[in-house]
Amino acid sequence: MSAVIENHHDDHHHGPAKGITRWLYTTNHKDIGTLYLWFSFAMFLIGGAMAMVIRAELFQPGMQIVEPEFYNQMITLHGLIMIFGGVMPAFVGLANWLVPMMIGAPDMALPRMNNLSFWILPFAFFILLSSLFMEGGAPNFGWTFYAPLSTTYAPPSVTFFIFSVHIMGASSIMGSINVVVTIMNMRAPGVDLMKMPLFVWSWLITAYLLIAVMPVLAGAVTMMLMDIHFGTSFFNAAGGGDPVLFQHIFWFFGHPEVYIMILPAFGIVSHIIETFSRKQLFGYSSMVWAMLSIAILSFVVWAHHMFTVGLPLAAEIFFMWATMLIAVPTGVKVFNWVATMFRGSLTFETPMLFAISFVVLFTIGGLSGLMLAIVPADFQYHDTYFVVAHFHYVLVPGAIFSIMAAVYYWIPKWCGNMYDERLGKLHFWLSFIGVNVTFFPQHFIGLAGMPRRYPDYSLIFADWNMVSSVGAFLFGFSQLLFLFIVIKTVMGGKKATDQVWEGAKGLEWTVASPAPYHTFSTPPKVD
Amino acid sequence: MKKGAKKTLIKLVVAVPLMFAFGFALVPLYDVFCEVTGINGKVFQSEYSEDLITDDGRTIAIQFISTNNENMPWTFKPSEQVMKIETGKYHGATFYVKNTTNRKMTAQAVPSVAPSNAAAHLKKLECFCFEQQELMPGEEALLPVKLLVSNELPSNIKNIILSYTIFDITDYNDEVLAHHQMAAE
Repeated sequence: MSAVIENHHDDHHHGPAKGITRWLYTTNHKDIGTLYLWFSFAMFLIGGAMAMVIRAELFQPGMQIVEPEFYNQMITLHGLIMIFGGVMPAFVGLANWLVPMMIGAPDMALPRMNNLSFWILPFAFFILLSSLFMEGGAPNFGWTFYAPLSTTYAPPSVTFFIFSVHIMGASSIMGSINVVVTIMNMRAPGVDLMKMPLFVWSWLITAYLLIAVMPVLAGAVTMMLMDIHFGTSFFNAAGGGDPVLFQHIFWFFGHPEVYIMILPAFGIVSHIIETFSRKQLFGYSSMVWAMLSIAILSFVVWAHHMFTVGLPLAAEIFFMWATMLIAVPTGVKVFNWVATMFRGSLTFETPMLFAISFVVLFTIGGLSGLMLAIVPADFQYHDTYFVVAHFHYVLVPGAIFSIMAAVYYWIPKWCGNMYDERLGKLHFWLSFIGVNVTFFPQHFIGLAGMPRRYPDYSLIFADWNMVSSVGAFLFGFSQLLFLFIVIKTVMGGKKATDQVWEGAKGLEWTVASPAPYHTFSTPPKVD
Repeated sequence: MKKGAKKTLIKLVVAVPLMFAFGFALVPLYDVFCEVTGINGKVFQSEYSEDLITDDGRTIAIQFISTNNENMPWTFKPSEQVMKIETGKYHGATFYVKNTTNRKMTAQAVPSVAPSNAAAHLKKLECFCFEQQELMPGEEALLPVKLLVSNELPSNIKNIILSYTIFDITDYNDEVLAHHQMAAE
């Protein structure tokens, strides 16, 4: 091609392709980010509908609405869909949209792999959801799929579940490789590692965690597959295997996984609190080191999920202390956020409301986690609703609130329109009240001894369960308002300025709103 | 693609199968770890030693538990549920077993000791769990175990539970059984 034509080409190659093929063939990080975000929203609503079934059944004691077998399928799919379909793809979507813009890169480093890593996801969840209509029903062994429940006693659809986990893993691994290669190699000159925005840092660490543990999860489900179909006995005591081995392997993946779901939230919240406090973030480098320490510690605490399997005392004490140690870097982060807000000129736009409630409610979830880390106490709390309350506090007002905060915060940059602030605040307050009414009482019924994963319960737990269900319906249906707000913002609204927020800092706010299809084709100048 | 990016990419792509392999490596590592530390309540056959026999032992209770693995129809129970024994002395106990089916079956019992820190101090000179049991239809037997609890048992332990789970291994091939026997010993 001659130089003249190339120039001509460059000048006019701007907009996206038209029609459905734009989305199928796209290698643009913004398009793929949008796809991820909408996909995770759809999964959030499906997983949420399952949560509504669960809470409807638990509204009153006794069997009301669904069969116990179906209830078990609901709790299993709810967990799997929310984790692998809701939270994780949402963070990957945010990474796609934001990481290149934050580091001044024109796109992700591996755009075609980016397309592939998204487009295999819908198939994974199609396979998983289709198991609902198979003979024997969907997986019913809980999202942790402990063997032998998930091997010897599993419904036939478990094989489809295994393949869908393989696909989800492949997608996550590809997404993570992409993020790491992008961050390590495509930063604009001047964006040093210790000058990177915290969301980028949080994703760099998350991506390494994913690359380390998703293959281990793939190994665990492969062993299940071999036990079920090829006559091996990894987890079968009758053949010399050990079911407890499954738990060790699963939680070696599972514990880093919970930090995978919270580290990007730490990054998001740091940006939002900094912006709406109109101050520089307090303790940037301690934030980075705290995230790194949390990530490293996450590999040596897995057995705290297994205190009751009969670990030797020395192991229980080790895992108890290692777990408690995580409270230190986490505390550093919480205090840094508080210190950032201290004497700032705060305003309380919707993203800030979500971010502040993240700090408060995530800390509550962290403290109940600390209680669960105490070995003798955990023998009492294990597999009760206290555990359910704990991990929902860190995941719903933790991870999910941070995602909502991120959507409100960056949506003006994505589509050029401001969201409706009044409706946003309404959505926040309904969600905030709904979440607390749902999950706070679960601490009480858990401490009183109500076990998790049963469709029925003793009469003494009736009142708090009803309160919890009312809260769940409130929270669940408020999310339709969120959907409405997002659609309304995409369709139109007050035009956003380039900087959008008065206190916003960072490269993504230097480009036009909405962000042009191609940004930073030439690297920006950063001091 | 830039050269640096390619290098990062290759490193990460290599890391993925390595971590996948590590997941499988956890299986033997886990066994090795249990063996080295003696945790998990597994009792390892120890060398017979005269030093273990002493006269200044104390009395403790040993409780026997028998469990049938799923689909194992045999009757399997200890002759005595609880025995008072002296540490530092050999004691014998028996388990009653009967093949209640009308076919020839092979069984294997797998022991477990609780509390787990007692496991290292429970020595078995002889145990039916060291071998397989083959019983004809309707046949019954008394399976012996001869054991000694060493004097070094931590003084806070006053009760030991020795539990056996009996498995139907009639249909297992030799390879699986070999692995199984290794785990049992």
